[in-house]
Amino acid sequence: MTIKEAQEEIIDEFSMFDDWMQRYEYIIELGKSLPLIDEKYQVEENLIKGCQSQVWLHAEEREGKIYFTANSDAILTKGIIAILIRVFSGQTAVNITAANLDFIDEIGLKEHLSPTRANGLVSMIKQIKMYALAYQAKS
Amino acid sequence: MLDIKAIRQDFPILSREVNGKPLVYFDNAATAQKPKVVEEAIKNYYETINANIHRGVHTLSQLATDAYEESRLKIQQHVNAKHSHEIIFTAGTTFGINLVANGFGTLLKEGDEVIVSALEHHSNIVPWQFACERSGAKLRVIPMNLEGELILSEYDTLLSEKTKVVAITHISNALGTINPIKEIIIKAHAVGAAVLVDGAQATPHIKPDVIDLDCEFYVFSGHKICGPTGTGILYGKEEWLNKLPPYQGGGEMIKQVTFEKTTYACLPHKFEAGTPNISGGIVLGHAIDYLNGIGFDNIAAYEKELLDYGTARLLEIDGLKIYGTAKEKTSVISFNIANIHPYDIGVIVDKLGVAVRTGHHCTQPIMDFFEIPGTIRASFSFYNTKEEIDILVEAVKKAQTMLS
Repeated sequence: MTIKEAQEEIIDEFSMFDDWMQRYEYIIELGKSLPLIDEKYQVEENLIKGCQSQVWLHAEEREGKIYFTANSDAILTKGIIAILIRVFSGQTAVNITAANLDFIDEIGLKEHLSPTRANGLVSMIKQIKMYALAYQAKS
Repeated sequence: MLDIKAIRQDFPILSREVNGKPLVYFDNAATAQKPKVVEEAIKNYYETINANIHRGVHTLSQLATDAYEESRLKIQQHVNAKHSHEIIFTAGTTFGINLVANGFGTLLKEGDEVIVSALEHHSNIVPWQFACERSGAKLRVIPMNLEGELILSEYDTLLSEKTKVVAITHISNALGTINPIKEIIIKAHAVGAAVLVDGAQATPHIKPDVIDLDCEFYVFSGHKICGPTGTGILYGKEEWLNKLPPYQGGGEMIKQVTFEKTTYACLPHKFEAGTPNISGGIVLGHAIDYLNGIGFDNIAAYEKELLDYGTARLLEIDGLKIYGTAKEKTSVISFNIANIHPYDIGVIVDKLGVAVRTGHHCTQPIMDFFEIPGTIRASFSFYNTKEEIDILVEAVKKAQTMLS
């Protein structure tokens, strides 16, 4: 699945919800089902500190693709991490670097990526892109 | 008895909606909403007397200067300072503390000690760390107990002839604890130390009396007392303000400038370099008039009622824990719900129209003490109501159901 396809699939899922509460309940569900990050990766050097909630992000490359695992101490942040991982994990560095994130706005979650939220997500996306750039530079 | 319904009419923002729900504004410890008289005073200033102050012979400049200095007198009376030149206009509490701490950076020397408390906002920690780094002085910290009260017996052991400054908050922003500030000041004076009181959280609830407190410095912000953002006051005893070096150089703060040497203006101008926030300074006086019109005794009594009601109602929620249970506290309730991150609660209750603060409240040492990432903080003002507290309680319950 391409990044674009993954995004469209997510937009599709969210279009079924009538109000914010259903959307949030779904995000909470996604947060709960986010695969656990390997404990050895939940360490200081993988920590993205937000004022409100924190994010741990680990990246590894296999056969030209980058795989991400992540965690957060807040469940809503975790739910959005699950969405971002679905979009970015298993993609090539070139595609990750080129991807835009307009779909976040379309599913009504733009406010979570606002700097005032200080939940580590903005830095997480930056970090995902940085990893991709670094792998691109290496190859 | 306050007529809350009438008071709420003074604050247009309170009747707006947020996310399709009526706004419940419980982030008053971060900033207070502004009454119409304040908005009108800002407009009136710009429409009728806007001019630079203290330097023009023309009529508008005279009018603006008079209004600015009248506001200074008003604030002098409000805090009961001996002289109006002991009232320095600043950009806020943080600015005031930095001004004083920066000055002490040049007065302190190695071996000296500065005492702060475990309840301080970062703004009353970091400037003193700068001063200590520059001077070689040492920072000491009065610890607190699990109720969020300072342990005064520990304070006694920290005090010595090495203590030069005690910088202490009057009321904790994160927990609401009211410190026994007078006792703390008397003890500091007994070893010859100067005292700076951070009044940012106290001034919305209490009318400070600097002569009675006898502190050397008292700082507070305008925006927390219904005044404009970017305004604040530093009160300092005349002899101490004379002792401190100027903080910023520029216009207004000089007596004479040559390229060889500059001599400084008298108080208060020595600390008011450049064109100040003229409108802000004038309007701050109007905000203080407004609060005095309601009366601080009335405010304190009503807010106590809200605190008691809010505490009782919130404690009905399963798994809710309140941080900061001091005997003397103001209308701030910091809490968490078992197994739920404060951020998640904050986001959901916002969707329900309730504005609370979540996070560490710029007091990371307090959060570390309780071993929590942060809290949800509801802070009540005199324009809030018990019905709004009911909405908060329902919103938190709803969030709890969604998040468990």
